[in-house]
Amino acid sequence: MDLSLSTRTVGDRTVVEVGGEIDVYTAPKLREQLVELVNDGSYHLVVDMERVDFLDSTGLGVLVGGLKRVRAHEGSLRLVCNQERILKIFRITGLTKVFPIHTSVEEAVAATD
Amino acid sequence: MATVELRFSALPEHVRTARLVAAAVARRAGVDEAVLDEVRLAVGEACSRAVGLHESHDIAAPVRVLLIEDEKKFSIEVGDGVPGPGGAGAQGAAQAEGVAESDGEGEDEMGLAVISGLVDDVEVTAGKEGGMIRMTWPTTTAAVLP
Repeated sequence: MDLSLSTRTVGDRTVVEVGGEIDVYTAPKLREQLVELVNDGSYHLVVDMERVDFLDSTGLGVLVGGLKRVRAHEGSLRLVCNQERILKIFRITGLTKVFPIHTSVEEAVAATD
Repeated sequence: MATVELRFSALPEHVRTARLVAAAVARRAGVDEAVLDEVRLAVGEACSRAVGLHESHDIAAPVRVLLIEDEKKFSIEVGDGVPGPGGAGAQGAAQAEGVAESDGEGEDEMGLAVISGLVDDVEVTAGKEGGMIRMTWPTTTAAVLP
């Protein structure tokens, strides 16, 4: 299973839908995508992880890097995830305090704080 | 005691293969289904770390993974070829917070943080031959005999 990426715009937010496995091999593709979006002026990102089957620390590193980039432009990076196996990785690394995690794209897009 | 040994060139694309093999052997050894996700993630972290160390130290030797079925436990050993204190990260969990601020760098430590968060029985050693991460899980039933 490779990584699939697609983006769409909802209002002033850019939704990045990620599917498949984010690991040491595929994470660079996600990093490129996030860097490209920020370089193109998209500073409010919603990363939809509902179709992610696997996430490791390399993927976490890329998300943290994305957050750092959007914050440099007063932006935001929100996650959408309901999968317990993925949420567990955010919890054990303490990253639930760093990322706003939402249960739906609609909720993430509507969130303001 | 039965062992499966896996050696792979230190390339990121092979880490997935190591995860799949480790999970298959763990299942066969009788590791609880509910824990297999953790086994998959932990072995992936250990292998990613080893691949990174081989790349950064320009080591041509393959990464070595041992999958060891014992009577009431299942162990995975992931060895890298970096001698000395390369494995000095047993306190990885404590470093996770600082790592979260960096971008890409320090993924080694985040990987170790994930491993120590996931696996109760972890041993990180450094030797002249290289570093090694050993992770052990209990098995629920006796291994299925052929």
